[in-house]
Amino acid sequence: MSFNAVTSSFKVTRRRKTPLAETLQVGALAGFAAIGFALIGAYVAMDKRHVVEDTLTLSQIAFALMAIAAGYVAGRDRQGRPSGTRVVVHGAVAGLTAGLCVSALVLLMGSVSLRATLVAASPMLIKALSLGAPIGSLQALVQLPALGALLGVIGGLFAAMPSRYRRALTYGFAFVLIAGLFRDVFVSVLDNLPDLNGPDWEVFGPGGLNRGSALLLLVGGALFCLVRDRWNAQIDPARRARSSKAGLALLLVGVLVLPLVTNDFVAQVAMLVALYMLMGMGLNIELGLAGLVDLGFVAFFAVGAYTVALMCSSGPLAVADVSFWVALPVAVVLAAGAGMLFGLPVLRVRGDYLAMATLGLGEIIRVLVLSDALAPYLGGSQGIIEIDHPRIFGVSLQSPAALYYLALALAGVVAFISWRLQHARIGRAWLAMREDEDVAQALGIDPVASKLLAYTIGAAFAGAAGAVFAALVGSVYPHSFQLLVSINVLAILVIGGLGSLPGVLVGAIVLIGLPELLREFGEFRYLFYGIALVAMMHVRAEGLWPATTQTQENARA
Amino acid sequence: MSEVPRSATEPGAFSEWLRRSTWVDHVLLAIRISVAALVLVGLAGGLTAGTYSAADFVSFTMFGLTIGSIYALIALGYTMVYGILRMINFAHGDVMMIGSFAGLFAAGALNDAGLLNALPLLALPLVLAAGMAGGATMSLIIERIAYRPFLHVRSLAPLICAIGMSFVLQYAARGLFGTRNRAYPGFGWMEGTVSLFGLIVPIPQIVAFIAALIVLAGLLALVKLSPLGKAMRAVAEDRDAAALVGINVGAVIVATFAIGGAMAGVAGVLYALVFKQITVFMGFALGVKGFAAAILGGIGNLGGALLGGLVLGLAEALGPALVLEGFGLPAPYQLKDVIGYGMLVMILIFRPQGLLGERLASKRA
Repeated sequence: MSFNAVTSSFKVTRRRKTPLAETLQVGALAGFAAIGFALIGAYVAMDKRHVVEDTLTLSQIAFALMAIAAGYVAGRDRQGRPSGTRVVVHGAVAGLTAGLCVSALVLLMGSVSLRATLVAASPMLIKALSLGAPIGSLQALVQLPALGALLGVIGGLFAAMPSRYRRALTYGFAFVLIAGLFRDVFVSVLDNLPDLNGPDWEVFGPGGLNRGSALLLLVGGALFCLVRDRWNAQIDPARRARSSKAGLALLLVGVLVLPLVTNDFVAQVAMLVALYMLMGMGLNIELGLAGLVDLGFVAFFAVGAYTVALMCSSGPLAVADVSFWVALPVAVVLAAGAGMLFGLPVLRVRGDYLAMATLGLGEIIRVLVLSDALAPYLGGSQGIIEIDHPRIFGVSLQSPAALYYLALALAGVVAFISWRLQHARIGRAWLAMREDEDVAQALGIDPVASKLLAYTIGAAFAGAAGAVFAALVGSVYPHSFQLLVSINVLAILVIGGLGSLPGVLVGAIVLIGLPELLREFGEFRYLFYGIALVAMMHVRAEGLWPATTQTQENARA
Repeated sequence: MSEVPRSATEPGAFSEWLRRSTWVDHVLLAIRISVAALVLVGLAGGLTAGTYSAADFVSFTMFGLTIGSIYALIALGYTMVYGILRMINFAHGDVMMIGSFAGLFAAGALNDAGLLNALPLLALPLVLAAGMAGGATMSLIIERIAYRPFLHVRSLAPLICAIGMSFVLQYAARGLFGTRNRAYPGFGWMEGTVSLFGLIVPIPQIVAFIAALIVLAGLLALVKLSPLGKAMRAVAEDRDAAALVGINVGAVIVATFAIGGAMAGVAGVLYALVFKQITVFMGFALGVKGFAAAILGGIGNLGGALLGGLVLGLAEALGPALVLEGFGLPAPYQLKDVIGYGMLVMILIFRPQGLLGERLASKRA
């Protein structure tokens, strides 16, 4: 479904305020965001994660980014071009406002106990927000607005500098942030590699980057960006295309050797990413290509998982005890059958109604599986346990790395099928139907048949993912098949880009991989998903890696 | 939509249907017949099983009417927003949750002030007002973030934004208020039961039912009689034409969201009074049920929302005892939600215009 079809001439225009009022508003928004961040408990949780050892924690960076962003937005004038004094003054005012908001929160928490209402407003939060100053002292209250103003000015200056340097700084900062956040991954890689950097110079401390290496990374990242930009400007487009192909190949190699050079935990996370890619590609056919909003997608995942569980388990509920390789096709076929069965009645419903109908179907399946009525067959809330691991040439695939390769191989097959389908006649029919069903029908596309095919194929892919999931975990429980899974997959597609295959990969890495690796993040991942969905629709509705047709359309428009 | 024969007496109607129908129509007809058969068999079995006495059924009915009136209040928000924007506010259930928590904090403050025990009948409207204010505020925020920026385009963006907002609300509330169940303090006088026409009914159910009816009557009066209601109906009819005759469409949309959110807030407070405990995750399932009620009654139709809510509430309360019991299933009340969701799916498939059908429903869907 395109994001720019105009249906009504009625359009809302924003009222313009005076520049100072807008700056104050931006500052207050940043302040409220910071207060919200603190009060949901994220500040205290993320304060434990050091990005730069003993210097900067993740939550301090988050707060600083809010102030800098406020300064950046306030520093720009209406045309988006910065001008001298405005940058400094407005940046400072915005940052100051944000800081004052947080100070007010600290003051309030110090004088009134809010804990009965807001569980996160704890003494720990006050201590963390005092930044080492004595709690309740004047210094603790004044330093936040002062820091805010300083960071706001930095944000303003950031808006004023030439875009070349802005990009370079962003790169350097991103390098530091990534290295600091994923310390464990990099450390495990460094441990597996031969000792290159010598024993007396460590890049990472016990919690995050060391100060020296952080500075080095910041400068290195910035220089890398500058050099690359210069390089890109000089060479011709053909060679640039070749170098982007080389980048893709490098990524592929990285994906292949990833579990070998890191530890089991990372391999497990990579497995989850591959699993969600499988599901993502399934929903991509339904939602991305055919435009069918399916919130009951998890039902097909459950069908696949329970099929394998029943066929491969050595527990009392098993109906057969066959190898995973026999059960896998059965699971895929059964899931596809379920898709067809569900699809037939539901597919006459359109748009928002379809979302609700599929959601209802998915919930019905979950409640049924959970109920005592079906417990003799499906185990109820006890689930099915003791599912055999798949074997290949007599070797049992048990380690996370082996299962990762299994999921990756399946994802590769499914990606190939999706890619061929997308460019086949039926793929074009789906796209046509997504854009306008009535017109597509007038052009001779059978809407029922093509929708049903999309739904069936999508369900089959989800069934394959469910089969791998059952083999991976070794047990299935109804609580693994909540609506949240469907929302996860939907979010992956939206973040990556609807209808885009590489987008599925990007979305799965961003939404599944990153929160798993950032343990402090785990509690807030769904909040993050929600914010990501909303922000994506506002900022970049076509996704991080948009489908090619979408980019072409946008270029033409 | 398939051409269903208009009257059985019309000559050749059946053969005409056979000629025009496709295999999909046949499958759908088969589904209809099998669902009807299942319900009938279950009903017969349930009636003959005799597990429950007449008094049980009466109390089930009372309970169904109570929960139904809460569904109806939620459904109003869906129906009003859908009537004007042709979009579902996916986060509406979570608006209800926020309203419920706003009521909780108001009740806590009133209880600390001793007002709740001293003047219970004054305190209840105050708590309801807090719930309304909380719900309306949250609804306005959702409108501002998820709907207003996408008003002039047709796309998936508002739906996806609203799904995102639903998650933001649930998990932000989890972080803010904690995961444990909460109960309203100081409503001790609601513990008892009263005898009404020879029936014993818990007080909260009566309070909830009456409060819901009062609020609904107020809303109907607002929409039918006030200038704002007139403007709302005009915008629902045709947004561009309404703008042409000088109606401030943006303001009407904002007012609609605010009123819908206030209704959801009332529903949240009443829910807390009847069920005695609230959690941050309760909004989702109740939101889906409210939507089912809105569809059942005919979306865009305020009276339909009331009817749909009551029918859905009764079906959920009576269904497990009447129908599922007939199949001899263990623990039929676990499957209460299957009835609610099943009705939602069935209505969406077979009668998207609902009970009090609106002609254009299928085209607008």
